[in-house]
Amino acid sequence: MTNDPDLPAMTYDPELETIDLNINIGPQHPATHGVFRMVLVVDGERVEDLVPHIGYMHRGAEKLSEHMDYRQAIGYQDRTEYLAQFNAELCYVQAVEKLAGLVPPERAEYIRVILAELNRISSHFMFLGAFGTDLGVFGTSFTYAFRERENLLDLFEEVSGDRLMYAYFRPGGVAWDVPHNFVERVKWVCDQALIGAKDLDTLLTDNEIFIARTLNIGKLSIEDAIDFGASGPVLRACGLKFDLRRDEPYSIYDRFDFDIPVGSNGDSYDRYLVRLEEIRQSVRIVRQAIDQMPDGPILPEKLPRALRPAAGEVYMRCENPRGEYGIYLISRGSTQPYRLRIRSSSFCNLAALKHMTVGHYVADAVTILGSIDIVLCEVDR
Amino acid sequence: MIGVLKSLTATMGTFMRKPVTIQYPTEHRKVPERERAFPILLWDFNIDEPFCTGCHACERACPVECMTVTMRDNPLFAEGKSKRRKIIDEFYIDYGRCMRCNICVEVCNFDAIAMNNTWSGHELSTVDRKELILDLDQLLDLSKRKDLQAWDPAAETRASTEGRPQPPIAQVGATEDAPAAGEPLTVAERSAEEQDSPPTP
Repeated sequence: MTNDPDLPAMTYDPELETIDLNINIGPQHPATHGVFRMVLVVDGERVEDLVPHIGYMHRGAEKLSEHMDYRQAIGYQDRTEYLAQFNAELCYVQAVEKLAGLVPPERAEYIRVILAELNRISSHFMFLGAFGTDLGVFGTSFTYAFRERENLLDLFEEVSGDRLMYAYFRPGGVAWDVPHNFVERVKWVCDQALIGAKDLDTLLTDNEIFIARTLNIGKLSIEDAIDFGASGPVLRACGLKFDLRRDEPYSIYDRFDFDIPVGSNGDSYDRYLVRLEEIRQSVRIVRQAIDQMPDGPILPEKLPRALRPAAGEVYMRCENPRGEYGIYLISRGSTQPYRLRIRSSSFCNLAALKHMTVGHYVADAVTILGSIDIVLCEVDR
Repeated sequence: MIGVLKSLTATMGTFMRKPVTIQYPTEHRKVPERERAFPILLWDFNIDEPFCTGCHACERACPVECMTVTMRDNPLFAEGKSKRRKIIDEFYIDYGRCMRCNICVEVCNFDAIAMNNTWSGHELSTVDRKELILDLDQLLDLSKRKDLQAWDPAAETRASTEGRPQPPIAQVGATEDAPAAGEPLTVAERSAEEQDSPPTP
């Protein structure tokens, strides 16, 4: 309380204390990317505490999968990770293949990797668009990113028949072969994706307003990121070069030459830069894969009508656009998994939300939530 | 300031581009021939009966249990016109439940079911969700009108699902030269298949 002589004397009661305000954001709010509720404790504009509430989109995908055979559960992988469906399916079918001892043919491996990488691009475009909207670039970045994402979705639709819920990968390969013009279409889509990435790069990267809103917002150190179990771009933005595609190559990723972009600061701006660069690296992988893609069958010669893997358990993890996506499967020798557990990357990245947000302004809480690129279906499963 | 101006060049570049928008209700994007909307049943024009024999394979394989199937003796088999001993009696698919996973198409032994790959499979909004439960006549309607798109021939020769040629869409609009329906499953085969399939929870 200043005693400014120009101001009229104010009555000041020292007994009167200021109290923190609780602000509820969500569960249905445009900035929460799904049904996510967070309660902010704010002192003025500054966030003192953050309590995330999840579970609004819990459908019991893990439990439901226990009542289904290995093929039927593929559909639930799409619905778990609804922005990177091919990546989630890839992780699941690889877990089943590991369990059942199936070896997919070469062509199927290439088709899967190409589609998974293109799906990574489309997921990152979704991030770039939505992140801009979170920051108030109202609609501009969103429409640009969606224009490019639409090319990818069109391709996925031509290949698998659906725009979102592909259900295209099968244990042992893929459901059916790609259309005859697949190679040309993929090449065209890759070119378009680079143009789109360049557009968004021009629009956002050097923009002072964008930098002011993201630089040094939501900083996370490498140690904290590891402690929280963060993975994917959130971890790499901190400066740790950890990517399962390189460090624990699954499928055929060891055959491709690509860089792993890392940040240095661990803030929202670095997470944005890492994802933007990952689009370009994914295009590199796709271009190499499309050149190497052999002809041949797309399913193994002898595929049992109903899969009955021997009793055992397996954990398979893959690098999804949002981080490490893991499938833990237990088989008891029947046609249905005894237990299917999904390790979701969004859930672990979300754990770091409070740590990143406390101390920042309310508006930055939205930025930070957007910067971890959350998929609530994956969090709640 | 320079950064903001640079951003504006991106906006200006887009301003010059041709619009990609489609005025949806008035004009429709062409859907690819692999489009998977909702499952429908196919009509065998050679014998004038459905391909479906009511073998319950799709009903058992459905992850969300959206199908109800019953079979009956085929009167045309008794007359010697058809090879199908049994024929579909009632078939209901609840489109409100269906998750469009294509598994029913893959497990069908008679290529009798296919995914609707036209726009009619998408524009299904109703005021009452009971209208989304389709009966046999409604499910066969599209195939009888020969409205489905055929898959491209190059993909058809190479593509296969579980060792069998894909897709059944090849039978769409089948005429005199259409492939005849296969032999119906014997009781032994059907029970063997039943054991292979997962029990209904």
